[in-house]
Amino acid sequence: MDESPKAGVDRRSFLTGAATGAAATLLAQQTSIAGAQSSATAEPSVQASATGRPASDFMVDIFKSLEMEYMFSMCASSFMGIHESVLNYAGNKSPQSITCTHEEISVAMANGYAKIEGKPVLVCAHATVGAQHAAMALYDAWADRVPIYLVLGNTNDAADRQGEVFWLHSAQDPCAMLRDFTKWDDNPKSLTHFAESAVRAYKIAMTPPMGPVAIVVDEKMQEEHAPADARIPSLNVPTPPAADSGAIAEVAKLLVAAENPVILASRAARTPAGLTLMVELAEALQAGVVDSRRRLNFPTRHPLNGGSAAQADVVLALEAGDIANVARQARQREAKVISITAQHLFQRSNYQDFQRYAEVDLSIAADAEASLPALIEEVRRLTTDARREAVRQRGVRIAEANRRALEQARVDAANGWDASPVSTARLSMELWAQLKNEDWSYVTGWVNWPLRLWDFTKHHQYIGRAGAEGVGYYAPASVGAALANKRHGRISVSIQPDGDLMVAPGALWTAAKYQVPILIVMQNNRAYHQEVMWFQRAALMRNRSLDLTQEGFGLGNPNIDFAKLAESMGVGSAGPISDPKELAAAIRRGIGVVKGGEPYLIDVVTQPR
Amino acid sequence: MKHLLAATALLAASALLFFAASAAAQSARTDRAAIANGESVYLTLGCQACHGTVGHGGAARRLAPGTLPLDAFLAWVRNGTPGWSFAAGMPAFPATVVSDADLADIRSYLASLPPPPPIADIPLLAE
Repeated sequence: MDESPKAGVDRRSFLTGAATGAAATLLAQQTSIAGAQSSATAEPSVQASATGRPASDFMVDIFKSLEMEYMFSMCASSFMGIHESVLNYAGNKSPQSITCTHEEISVAMANGYAKIEGKPVLVCAHATVGAQHAAMALYDAWADRVPIYLVLGNTNDAADRQGEVFWLHSAQDPCAMLRDFTKWDDNPKSLTHFAESAVRAYKIAMTPPMGPVAIVVDEKMQEEHAPADARIPSLNVPTPPAADSGAIAEVAKLLVAAENPVILASRAARTPAGLTLMVELAEALQAGVVDSRRRLNFPTRHPLNGGSAAQADVVLALEAGDIANVARQARQREAKVISITAQHLFQRSNYQDFQRYAEVDLSIAADAEASLPALIEEVRRLTTDARREAVRQRGVRIAEANRRALEQARVDAANGWDASPVSTARLSMELWAQLKNEDWSYVTGWVNWPLRLWDFTKHHQYIGRAGAEGVGYYAPASVGAALANKRHGRISVSIQPDGDLMVAPGALWTAAKYQVPILIVMQNNRAYHQEVMWFQRAALMRNRSLDLTQEGFGLGNPNIDFAKLAESMGVGSAGPISDPKELAAAIRRGIGVVKGGEPYLIDVVTQPR
Repeated sequence: MKHLLAATALLAASALLFFAASAAAQSARTDRAAIANGESVYLTLGCQACHGTVGHGGAARRLAPGTLPLDAFLAWVRNGTPGWSFAAGMPAFPATVVSDADLADIRSYLASLPPPPPIADIPLLAE
């Protein structure tokens, strides 16, 4: 989260006394943006034309008012007015233009950025061919409840289209193809309309359940003249919907009375404050937390990290995704399942990210993080002294089970320790040895070993996986997250799948051009191994050969030299490394480069998984 | 006669030694060949996708050390995980895809692999 102190003093003083928890965080953010809005107009670095100020300058003022730090885009004529205003009117500051080599990269970078900063950046694209490129990354963000702010250039009026390409790059309803996985879109008909929609879009994107929004900006409108009295509407992001007091009381009663309550969390902690609240709730209950980690919801080495919903008598699912099986099994043993999720407040029909229908006992349509302060307070109030000792003993048992689980993880990690290609466990621990004393952020989530063995304690240290598991997310999202981490002085590290990087290798160039400090360590297993397993089952069901596996799913022959690929785009590199004994030196060198403010890639030839 | 018997016995003993040595050499060669073939078939079938190139696990169970006895190994590969499907589980490998002889060689390969170092000898895991 951006915690830059821009709010007025009086307002802050009020907040200190009047609000707590997530609501306070959000209000502080609103206040921050309102403060920025009051002084949004940029000092022009060039003279406006004699006939007036371009409308796109005013549009950029709106983006400034929304504290858009960057503009991620692959350049295109349809939003050239805005792009020119960003560079020449705003002096390429807030937003700063970041050139991406594919719209899928633009959106995925915005996804990674938002998961670190807790707010969107501006993404611009052609409304037709650009939006088509952007679509998968947008779906990833939609499924992951990530706010993306997309502005699409279009030539709305047919009379303004100057030739064949203009027609090819225009659409009657540009957002139609994105509507199934965006929260809201608009195609404003006037500059006033644009101003309202631009602020409204931000508000909608940031209201849980968060998600992508898209605004079409007419190419010709950008070239109009902004009236002198053009006004930016004020922004007020709604307080997230929290569970009502009756529901909270019921949930707390069930949890406190339970013998073995378990908390499931997937996207419960939207912010650093959410992570703290999760710890407070778990400790108040001495309940285990099963974190499926679409965000970092719980510290990995906390004594209460772990447990099993299959043995719980009460399950509390917080923004937990697919819980249909948990609910079904719970019903069989007469256990209770409570679900708190904002997902109920906004769903689309076509794409099936809402998962199978879960038959839970208590379903609460509310934002989990916003509901936690009241729930914690009620749990504490209901926990009697007599109950406290039993609760304490439960915590001791869970802590012992988790100690054994960590021990087992270490034993498991030793298997294949000296293997060549390098085991992913060895790779992870070689990294950890040199990161653990730094301020680090693990900005990819595909390799699971860090989550079993590293000590994650801060929200920014993990940002989850690709929301819709779309391939091509990790490379650009990790660069976007690293760009956000840059001003915090953090070392961003990714363990980068090879197949994923081949979808969007241009992210490396963007990292080099804008000096994004990130250590990219390749998980170069030279195949689409996830699909290899599917192929094996498919072929063997049909009693057919596996001889052509590599023809269909291999990424070798020729092997891809990722070190050379990186070098070709200006990213320093090492490798390919197949001998695990060579890793430590390469990682040391890489961290040195990253600390100097540059990206670095180490190509490691790894075991398949 | 006595010398003749002694010479015959010596000859027989030499022959036995020769054949024993030869058999041992043959066996060693066979083991090496079996292991090499087992590794090759293991990688061609794509077993490493789930079990790693040295059977250490990954997306599925560890195969070495602690490799199953041959009969159990054959039964496990032939049957797969009970209830396996297109979506999940270890599939059954029929004889048309991999022969018993090749499976025996795969088992020889896995059984030949050295165990991992103890945790205490790995500083990165000993914290």
